[in-house]
Amino acid sequence: MKKLLGIFGLLLVVCVATALMSDKFLTPFNIENLLRRTALFGVLSIGVAFVIITSGIDLSIGSVVCLIGVGLPWLLTSVKVPLALGLLIAAGVSVAIGCAHGLLITRLRIQPFVVTLCGLLIYRGVTRGFTRDQTMGFGNDFKELRWLATSRIPVPGIEGFGIPFPCIILLVVAVAAAIFLNQTIYGRYLLALGRNEDAARYSGIRTERMIVLAYVICALLSGLGGMLFVLDVNSAQPADFGNFYELYAIAAAVLGGCSLRGGQGTITGVILGTALMQVLRTMITLVDALPKNIEYAIIGAVILGGVVADELVKRFVARRKAARQLLG
Amino acid sequence: MQPPDQGEIRLEGARVEIDSVETALRHGIALIHQELNLADNLDVGSNIFLGREPRRRGLIDHARIHADARLCLARVGLEVDSRTLVRDLTIGHQQMVEIAKALSVDARVLIMDEPTSSLTQHEAEQLKRVIRDLSARGVSIVYISHRLGEVRELAHRVTVLRDGANAGELGAGEITHDNLVRLMVGRDVSQFYRRAAGSASRAPEGVPLLEVRGLRTPAHPEKELAFELRAGEMVGIAGLVGAGRTEVLTTLFGITPAAGGEILISGVPRTMGAPIDAIDAGLALVPEDRKQQGLILEMAVRENMTLASLRREQRNGFLPGPYEAEISASMISRLSIKTPHDRQEVRFLSGGNQQKVVLGKWLALEPRVLLLDEPTRGIDVGAKAEIYRIMEELAGQGVAILFVSSEMEEVLGLSDRALVMHEGRITGELPRRDLSEEAVMRLATGHSG
Repeated sequence: MKKLLGIFGLLLVVCVATALMSDKFLTPFNIENLLRRTALFGVLSIGVAFVIITSGIDLSIGSVVCLIGVGLPWLLTSVKVPLALGLLIAAGVSVAIGCAHGLLITRLRIQPFVVTLCGLLIYRGVTRGFTRDQTMGFGNDFKELRWLATSRIPVPGIEGFGIPFPCIILLVVAVAAAIFLNQTIYGRYLLALGRNEDAARYSGIRTERMIVLAYVICALLSGLGGMLFVLDVNSAQPADFGNFYELYAIAAAVLGGCSLRGGQGTITGVILGTALMQVLRTMITLVDALPKNIEYAIIGAVILGGVVADELVKRFVARRKAARQLLG
Repeated sequence: MQPPDQGEIRLEGARVEIDSVETALRHGIALIHQELNLADNLDVGSNIFLGREPRRRGLIDHARIHADARLCLARVGLEVDSRTLVRDLTIGHQQMVEIAKALSVDARVLIMDEPTSSLTQHEAEQLKRVIRDLSARGVSIVYISHRLGEVRELAHRVTVLRDGANAGELGAGEITHDNLVRLMVGRDVSQFYRRAAGSASRAPEGVPLLEVRGLRTPAHPEKELAFELRAGEMVGIAGLVGAGRTEVLTTLFGITPAAGGEILISGVPRTMGAPIDAIDAGLALVPEDRKQQGLILEMAVRENMTLASLRREQRNGFLPGPYEAEISASMISRLSIKTPHDRQEVRFLSGGNQQKVVLGKWLALEPRVLLLDEPTRGIDVGAKAEIYRIMEELAGQGVAILFVSSEMEEVLGLSDRALVMHEGRITGELPRRDLSEEAVMRLATGHSG
């Protein structure tokens, strides 16, 4: 709870600072844009949060975004498969990727870092191969499908502002994820095995299945994210579509309170973390005083600051708790 | 490692401030921790001089390390090459390396925390010889142990601590088992091990609750095991460390699935491929290492307590609402667990209370067969007595109990029957009337029958 307040506070501070430094920040257009981007990246961050909770990592997210984001328009426009089948294939491929990661990690005991690093290379290479590096998009077709990413729900009373539809998608995903994590026994199992896999196994939890499940959730949400991204921009270049997205997702999850040691994390925190990342990027674009090319440095510094502050607060609390126990 | 809150430490009459391991070492005080602190990927010599390697022209002088290491090893009577990797040594020899390391910094006070807890009988004897030798040469030794036999054998003087305060001191002539236990318990000894003679050997007729035929564990796949366990029986498994006792339990529980043989529950053959199979068959295991295998230390008492039973109590996959609070409240009172509330993280509880949480987790499932591995290791005497009481109570309700213990008193005091193991084999089965320390030790060291 304190962690959530901390990150929420940081988000507010960055928002206020940006609003003071740029009059373009609080425009309906910018806010809408910010919401849309937060929603799209939020889907990825929630996915990777599940993996991080098991004390794993998924570096292949950006490449899965690329594979699905480029592959889906390729299937629909070049191969001309029916829409339903195309969506089914995209979902199937995502699930298969998650399964493969999970099984390699649990059965062969290869480190998640290695497995998903190879995934990162393979899926991008494969995508560039079957498209011959051609940019993919939907052109003027599939308006109904693109509506998922591009439509907006107008808010009466505010001129020129609407809530982007991806926000609704994120809301659905987030509520489902939060219920899964906090209200089902499987969520409890994930949190438990993230802390101590041995003890979870000794308690009769099928830890290997749960870990595979986490990677499947992550890959599936990466696939969903990939689809939404390409529906939004309508043009995906295999060489760079989704590049670095895994790092944005991981950073947002960590900023939002997931520990890479496993067993910790809340969905609300992850969404706040994602929002903070996107506000930071907007700030760099909008504030003229900031050179655009130092974007990564600023994002890196803020994440580092957040994590260090969190660690210091944790130590302070632990010390105070110890002192209280001595007195009591 | 932890600075004192108040009080003072005097060394040879002079008050000293010890605020770090380095200052302690500088004053000649060395600690050998229960869990060894060696880098097992380095060789013996490098470990002894870790962090203070002799140098020549800025580079490590390996020749001198090994020459000096040989001298240190000779002082503790350890005959291994100083170039052996530590991971290739037995635990007993690693312990000797720790001592050699402590001596190499000219320690005058050597603090040893449960040094024999993972040694074989033979290694422990060797260690005791070294300790006596060191003490004869003027090294003061603080020997921390809950093995009273060792204390009796080694100590010139004993200080008993209870609940973090001095409970009393015993001088040379007064160190007896009864005196020690009285100070530790703070109450009379007679009520301590209480498995009543009457409740023993009433093994009911009929199909055994648990029967094992030709069972082969992955640790000793060439040895076949056979035994049975009846409702209400309490059976101890004795033996030295490494005899394969833990593996019997982990194999029954599906953690290390059997390499062969049959496990029958109430006469029905069962395959224990994973803990879940064993749980479904009515088994529960309180494992050897409660911190690593028994508990999620950073989770609350309540969440630990329900971890195993969630699957049975779930509502279509959802958490079972008030069940969690109810079961943890009932276990906290039934096992008298001392915790401020059931939201407390388990890592803040004492060892004894942690162990009770592990026990509570399994009792929530109402098992028919309870397996316990070193159920009272490293917990205080009061909690021990309570764990015995609970085991008694369960046996009285018809639960079959199979426990592994390295504490002779525990095996002798609690078992209706004891199985003794040696190098993966059951070398003998002792009914209660034949149970004696001598009989167990004979079988544990490989003398059959």
